[in-house]
Amino acid sequence: MSEFILELKKVSRYFGSVIALKDIDMQVKMGEVHCLLGDNGAGKSTLIKTLAGVHVPSEGEFLLDGQPTCFNSPRSALDAGIATVYQDLALVPLMSVTRNFFMGRELTKKWGPFKVFDTKEANKIACAGLAEMGIDVRDPEHAIGTMSGGEKQCLAIARAIHFGAKVLILDEPTAALGVKQSANVLKVVAKAKAKGLAVILITHNVHHAYPVGDRFTLLNRGHSLGTFLKSDVSREEILEMMAGGQELEALESELEEFARLDSVKNSVTQEPEAAAIA
Amino acid sequence: MTSIIVMHTNYSSDGITDNKNNMIGVITVDVPATQSASNTKPDERVREESRLKKLLSKPELGSVSGAILVLLFFAVFAGDSGMFSADGILNWTTVSAQLGILAIGACLLMIAGEFDLSIGSMIGFAGMMIAIPATYWGWPVWVSIIFAMAGAMAIGALIGYTVVRTGLPSFIVSLAFLFILRGLTIALSILMTNKTIISGVSEIAENDWLAPFFGGELGTSFFQWLVTKGWLEAYADGTPVFTGIPMVVVWCLVLATVSSWVLMRTSFGNWIFATGGDDKAAKNVGVPTDKVKILLFVFTAFCAALYASCQVLEFGSAAADRGLLKEFEAIIAVVIGGALLTGGYGSVIGACFGALIFGVVQMGIFFTGINSDWFRVFLGVMLLMAVLFNNYIRKRVTEAR
Repeated sequence: MSEFILELKKVSRYFGSVIALKDIDMQVKMGEVHCLLGDNGAGKSTLIKTLAGVHVPSEGEFLLDGQPTCFNSPRSALDAGIATVYQDLALVPLMSVTRNFFMGRELTKKWGPFKVFDTKEANKIACAGLAEMGIDVRDPEHAIGTMSGGEKQCLAIARAIHFGAKVLILDEPTAALGVKQSANVLKVVAKAKAKGLAVILITHNVHHAYPVGDRFTLLNRGHSLGTFLKSDVSREEILEMMAGGQELEALESELEEFARLDSVKNSVTQEPEAAAIA
Repeated sequence: MTSIIVMHTNYSSDGITDNKNNMIGVITVDVPATQSASNTKPDERVREESRLKKLLSKPELGSVSGAILVLLFFAVFAGDSGMFSADGILNWTTVSAQLGILAIGACLLMIAGEFDLSIGSMIGFAGMMIAIPATYWGWPVWVSIIFAMAGAMAIGALIGYTVVRTGLPSFIVSLAFLFILRGLTIALSILMTNKTIISGVSEIAENDWLAPFFGGELGTSFFQWLVTKGWLEAYADGTPVFTGIPMVVVWCLVLATVSSWVLMRTSFGNWIFATGGDDKAAKNVGVPTDKVKILLFVFTAFCAALYASCQVLEFGSAAADRGLLKEFEAIIAVVIGGALLTGGYGSVIGACFGALIFGVVQMGIFFTGINSDWFRVFLGVMLLMAVLFNNYIRKRVTEAR
């Protein structure tokens, strides 16, 4: 058993002449929330797709539990216990909670020579899985089209946990959610961590990542800016390091400049008046 | 004297909310308050729904109530015309069952998000695949039947494979096969036999062991026995007015039961819903969507071949123009049955009732003596109403409230 469940060493990924990722180092530990931060185009999606087995690294080493591994399909990553919850959640709105929960991996029982979908047991498991996430399902046979975005996110996470995920990759779980729902999802992330899972949380919102994260890896234009422990870095520093930090600083000074110019203009227009009064 | 009136606010346990018997006057309700509060706290944003509303979101509701309405309508207006005599009932159940067989195949395929417009042409083609080998090539009838079914299913697989591999809409691919198969049926039968109607299958099929499973009737001796007991009317020569249940009806019932069971109770059924509901999501969680689609195209082709077998062996002939427009009739039945054209939602039972409505109206118009030209008008109006109704249902099911 290695210290890290997942480890990337100098991983690069090219698409033709495009360098999507360059020399990425990353370590993921069980029972930790690892936040992957970066602006749009930083390479977050490529990185998680590499972790999830969608892309194979062009260069570098991919260690799973200390062993060099190469996933050639999402299925094999899933079998190794790396489950990814993408933004589209892989849920079918017209299907019931239970049917979604067990989609593709139906719980069956014997019925004579046939295997049937064990609805009763499945309902129970789905309800229990969601209850653990703090969601009270009224009727597991109800279509999930009626659930809120946060509830759907939690359903997808509960499903991944139930099917034996050791590493849970969450792709922008809070991107489309309101404040309260985001808080709920983050609570679920904390719960998954408490269960001993490794969680990789992808986001560009530091305010969502900081409260739950233990480690932060910052990406910028395909390069890693390094991995930081929470104790070593403050929220502001992270924000600073993300591309957004510099931009915002530039914006701030620009705004200050405007304000200064305004005040100068005002004082100029006011002076003759003052003179006239005098 | 403290007579406490207890109003139940225990929402989640069905037993209590559903029978809203106002328990006024009942004094003690023995639910430990702390325990029930922890796991039955109702979400304040969820309204309780009545049984009726719950029923409304079942896909088959529209067609079941529609069938009842239509039957009532004709019971009033055609009650004395013989439509509801043994003979009349047999008449419209047979017509409904024929369409029902097609509708079941089309229904599963539509729930999986695809169409097959080639089933009408497939009926003609499969019919010829039975009749030509049996009458011209000297094959035993049972071999011809198996040949036709295998041939139809192979074509079904080809259609499915083309749809899955090219990613083209199945509407276009199966439309192409509608013309290809119809053309082949006419061209090949002219080429081989110089005819487009081939008769004389009945004589050859007389002693065949497989033929009665398609052209025969079930329970003939039972109905004969009923006559001897005097419980069933008979004609002057002693043959009962109702000789038996046509095999096509039996097939329809068997197929409906099996398909509905597969759809609702098995993993494969869940895959069908998932494939039609969101193809990409289903693939992401490991549902073999391509396999599901191809298998269902094969199944639809099988249904068409089954229809053809029953028809050929019942009438003893095959014709190149058989099954014309049947693909649309099947789709109408499926849509009336509550399935969504976009896939992911529907019911086999609903489709069967859709077919029943179809059969009852078609025969009912004949029995009432209304000009049968009006049948199509009625059908179109019904289709439109069904689609509007389904649209409303889908909104209810998927809309976040």
